[in-house]
Amino acid sequence: MARFPKPPEGSWTEHYELGTEPMSYEDSISPEFFELEREAIFKRAWLNVGRVEQLPRNGSYFTKELAVARTSVIIVRDREGQVRAFHNVCRHRGNKLVWNDFPKEETSGISRQFVCKYHGWRYDLDGSCSFVQQEQEFFDLDKADYGLVPVHCDVWAGFIFINLAKAPEQNLTEFLGPMVTALENYPFHLQSERWFYRSPVSANWKLYLDAFQEFYHAPILHAKQTPTDLSVPMQQAGFEAPYYGIDGPHRVVSTAGIFPWNLAPNQLKPMEILTRSGLFGPWDMPDLNFEQKPAGLNPAGCDPWGLDSFQIFPNFVILIWGQSWYLTYHYWPTASNQHIFEGTLYFVPAKTARERVAHELAALSFKEYGHQDANTLEATQTMLESRVLDRFPLGDQEVLCRHLHKVTGEWVDDYKRELSEVKR
Amino acid sequence: MTDALLPNEFSDLERFAVKWCLATEQERYMERLSSSMEDMQALYDAVTARAEEAMVYCDKFPLDEMPEDALNLMRLLYSLVMVSFPVEVWGQPRIPDTGAAYLDLLVEPIP
Repeated sequence: MARFPKPPEGSWTEHYELGTEPMSYEDSISPEFFELEREAIFKRAWLNVGRVEQLPRNGSYFTKELAVARTSVIIVRDREGQVRAFHNVCRHRGNKLVWNDFPKEETSGISRQFVCKYHGWRYDLDGSCSFVQQEQEFFDLDKADYGLVPVHCDVWAGFIFINLAKAPEQNLTEFLGPMVTALENYPFHLQSERWFYRSPVSANWKLYLDAFQEFYHAPILHAKQTPTDLSVPMQQAGFEAPYYGIDGPHRVVSTAGIFPWNLAPNQLKPMEILTRSGLFGPWDMPDLNFEQKPAGLNPAGCDPWGLDSFQIFPNFVILIWGQSWYLTYHYWPTASNQHIFEGTLYFVPAKTARERVAHELAALSFKEYGHQDANTLEATQTMLESRVLDRFPLGDQEVLCRHLHKVTGEWVDDYKRELSEVKR
Repeated sequence: MTDALLPNEFSDLERFAVKWCLATEQERYMERLSSSMEDMQALYDAVTARAEEAMVYCDKFPLDEMPEDALNLMRLLYSLVMVSFPVEVWGQPRIPDTGAAYLDLLVEPIP
């Protein structure tokens, strides 16, 4: 018996016309398909690379390694305070411009200018070339022709996005669309206490997106993390989401919540009671000073409301918890069966030791769950690659997985079509 | 007790201080993986009993101006949180079925 009403078509999957037949996962195991994704998706879509709080002052910068696009990008706040992005390459002989110790590791800092380690060419924060060592030795060289190669860069709600296309087909707001931009006035900027996790994962990037865009797995894979008095009824009930939304290439799942402080003590871990915190966040919530709730939040009007997880194509997730904090996920592909997972938690900065301890349990709970999710993926990837099976049935609570693979296929098909038109 | 790491009021926890008053989550996680369940149970039992008092004590100071001994007490609370999963949930230091997977915390709030 469904706890939440389904759309008139009888299911979310049919409502969004995604087809109900078993699905192929060839797109997650084929190296050839991954080569197409590099061009068709990661060099065309807007990619989130961080937040404006990571660039607190003029001259603040960080680098982002984008193995999937075979480049590295510098993101910098220039002298006027504008956020800019450049390919991280010196115009002289192609040396990587900004790095410390290990050329492939990301770095950050604050600087008045960028100086190449190789021959000392210098670049201003706006990318212009300001100094060439022994300039008189060069032939008809005009520094104005040798600025850093810019990357399209724009900011929405404090999130910094780049686009590696020569000319992006849509601006950032158009790309994000109305479902995502409806979050515009959520107070992301107040939640500047940042916890940043990274993990190499031996699985295709889409498999981890799939793992976090369905909660069908939660009562099973994570059963042991909750006392039996809670996990058994949760397993018997199974998981149902009250709402799934789709807008262009992006998706959202919203869940109903529980008030942990109303649970019986035997349904909680002792540490949750002691710290008044847990996976869903601190129980004593900061005041986020909503002037009005963002229109895109809690679309099913749940009370209590659990979370909204916005899956922004291709590889970025904003997950907003009912308990007044949020987190982001990034999935950076490195091969058809490898990617780097990044999870970042954001809280209103703790003002007291007690609040800080509550954050510690929320963050550790995230890590314990994340480990379980990540290791399962490697188990999935290896057996998908056996090709013993080639069709997989997906249930209605897995509707968003179906959508991600459909959209990915469409972007790759568009790219192949354009490529063949150019050749003709 | 001039060498004490913790405030006088918490001298009963001093025996855990050298091992468990660690500044970063990464250090605390590594300590957990290399500790016995007996060690972690002992820490858990002792610090849980004093946790409420410890939070009251630490709350007397602003987070960015904590005296060193109060900071160590905070770190002991963080270690209590760290061992709570092995003690309350897993019955072993490592998360079951997670093989070689790791998830490193590279940026965290200080303190």
